[in-house]
Amino acid sequence: MRPSRPAFGGRRHALGTLAAGTALLTIGACGRRDDAHAPLDFWAMGREAEVVAELLPEFHARHPDVRVRVQQLPWTAAHEKLLTAYAGGSLPDLCQLGNTWLPELVALDALEPLDAPVASAGIPRDDYFAGILDTNVMPTRSGDRLFGLPWYVDTRVLFYRSDLLRAAGHPQPPRRWDEWLDAMRAVRQRGGGGRYGVLLPLNEPDPLFALALQQGPVLADDNARGAFAQPAFRRALAFYAGIFEQGLAPAMTNTQIANVWDEFARGLFACYISGPWNIGEFRRRLPPERQGDWATAPLPGPDGPGVSTAGGSSLVIFRRSARKEAAWRWIAYLSEPQTMQRFHALTGNLPPRRSAWRSPELASDAPSQAFAQQLERVRAAPKIPEWERIFQEMQLAAERVVQRVQGLDAATVELDARVDALLEKRRWLRARAIASAGPR
Amino acid sequence: MTRSGVVGWALAAPALAVILVFFAVPVVIGLALSLTDFDLYALADLSTLRFVGLDNYARLLHTPLFWQAFGNTLYFVAVGVPVSIGLSLGAALLLHARVAKWQALFRTALFAPVVTTVVAVAVIWRYLLHTRYGLINQALGTLGIDPVDWLGNPHWSMPAIILFAAWKNFGYNMVILLAALQAVPRELYESARVDGAGSLRQFSDLTFPMLTPTLAMVGIMTLAGYFQLFAEPYVMTQGGPLRSTVSVLYFMYEEGFRWWNLGYASAVAFVLFLVIFAVSAALWRFDRDPAAGR
Repeated sequence: MRPSRPAFGGRRHALGTLAAGTALLTIGACGRRDDAHAPLDFWAMGREAEVVAELLPEFHARHPDVRVRVQQLPWTAAHEKLLTAYAGGSLPDLCQLGNTWLPELVALDALEPLDAPVASAGIPRDDYFAGILDTNVMPTRSGDRLFGLPWYVDTRVLFYRSDLLRAAGHPQPPRRWDEWLDAMRAVRQRGGGGRYGVLLPLNEPDPLFALALQQGPVLADDNARGAFAQPAFRRALAFYAGIFEQGLAPAMTNTQIANVWDEFARGLFACYISGPWNIGEFRRRLPPERQGDWATAPLPGPDGPGVSTAGGSSLVIFRRSARKEAAWRWIAYLSEPQTMQRFHALTGNLPPRRSAWRSPELASDAPSQAFAQQLERVRAAPKIPEWERIFQEMQLAAERVVQRVQGLDAATVELDARVDALLEKRRWLRARAIASAGPR
Repeated sequence: MTRSGVVGWALAAPALAVILVFFAVPVVIGLALSLTDFDLYALADLSTLRFVGLDNYARLLHTPLFWQAFGNTLYFVAVGVPVSIGLSLGAALLLHARVAKWQALFRTALFAPVVTTVVAVAVIWRYLLHTRYGLINQALGTLGIDPVDWLGNPHWSMPAIILFAAWKNFGYNMVILLAALQAVPRELYESARVDGAGSLRQFSDLTFPMLTPTLAMVGIMTLAGYFQLFAEPYVMTQGGPLRSTVSVLYFMYEEGFRWWNLGYASAVAFVLFLVIFAVSAALWRFDRDPAAGR
């Protein structure tokens, strides 16, 4: 606003002063925001946000000039919150980010590349599980860049009832699909009507996606078209749907199962594909007499131990932050193996660095060791902003096949059509980039 | 323009400016947005925004989930509005009855749900509706009815939401109807009694006709409000199970703020606006015709 000359007497003058005052206040607020000594705003989600405060005192003692202010976001609202904050220009300095959300924020050009600080801090990249670190590497016009540093990891492994498998003649956990099918059939036969081989909740896409990753890519044409009707995904879906068809899994969503742990303890199913948080949950929620009867194993693959999903959360710095250097110090602190071990003790979250796994608690913990093996074999999901939605569409198609609303052919062809429609803008952007020949 | 006209416009100007800035401009922008494919890429770089004409609307009509959401919303409106207004009317009649004691206390108590926060109350209702530990199922259990998986079963999720919404909202309409009841002249009842009308006859031939204009207004307000079902499923079910509680507005919210397809979401908003407009207009006409005959 241009300062107005007080020509019409008092009231106008007062208004002008008010406007100028507001402008100053705004500038003042901006100034405070950009001040290097202001607290560092760190957005974290769910349980991590509650616990991370316990790591603050040591960090503050080491870096007295930096104050970290942790702000909690509930997971269910975090995604919307981040995008709205981007649109409104009110992003924090740094944030915990589910690694499947990275592509969106990179597409928005909201994240700061971390290659240089990682290199100068001497953090060895090969100490990280390769598949997990890879989810943070995004192609840009100037080559691949690292946009986040993994904070904790998530993947899917097999949780199983060792007593039920042993009684069915399978003392070792299955390593291949055919062994797994045999084991599930044997469990089912011995258990009668009230027992299934595995629980695959129909509204959880992760298990099917892990099986699909074992077979090959689900997108083609540089992630611009679906490849769900191709043999690779069809094999995975046929295996998945076959489990239901043979009556080895109940066709249920996880809202229909009142309590997964109770049912697992009761023996409704012998296998369950799940993630690291369930180690703690199984210990807490299974009755004491069942604690010796469960174990974890890497996910079976078509011919030998297979790959699984590469999930987890990363730490990212936003480009608009004025305190990137301080933000980096906080990330570097959280990424130290010792801090990761403390964080694991506090939350049960599994660390992404191999050196952090050398702690006695993790090295001697049998259920976690299956994860350690699996983490050497994880593969990133397609790194495109549309992925989350494609992921959901994939599961809806699978649900239709399992519920016999559609055959496998029709469902995969229709899925490809939907995915192609979702990726239309991507293809258009690519064509436009080629037409304008290189960078703008 | 006359001097008084100038003064009139000048006095109205602040209000008009507010309406223009906070209503007219956003509506026009929203309409414009619905003709584009504004999405995540456009948010990053506006040059990727494309004008798509009516494509969003055409695509919407071919989206099964939209129709499911539309059906869910109609279900909610068709059952929820009569239930809600019936409760309001019943409560208002009870409060208005001469034998009613502690009227002020009950009026406040019944109005209380309206002024509570929907999110906080929804959390409590989730406890009430819990399959195993909820009070509602325990009460049903004492009557010998098996527990109902209120929020997990696609057949019961919408009735549960309707129950919650009716409980939350009936107090507001109750107060309006109570005021209308109190405005009915006592002499009319006296003459009705002299003519030998029983209490049922008094209600059907006297109270109800006198309430019709208020009921119509209350009906339209409730209808328009219920078409915008959002907070209840958002807090209680997140649209599930099996998408049985996805309303049109929830669908719009997901498209707009989960997937960030703001162009498409704007199209949903305009379709919803047209539906509410058409239904309200039909109700007005329905209300006016008998009025014209009086």
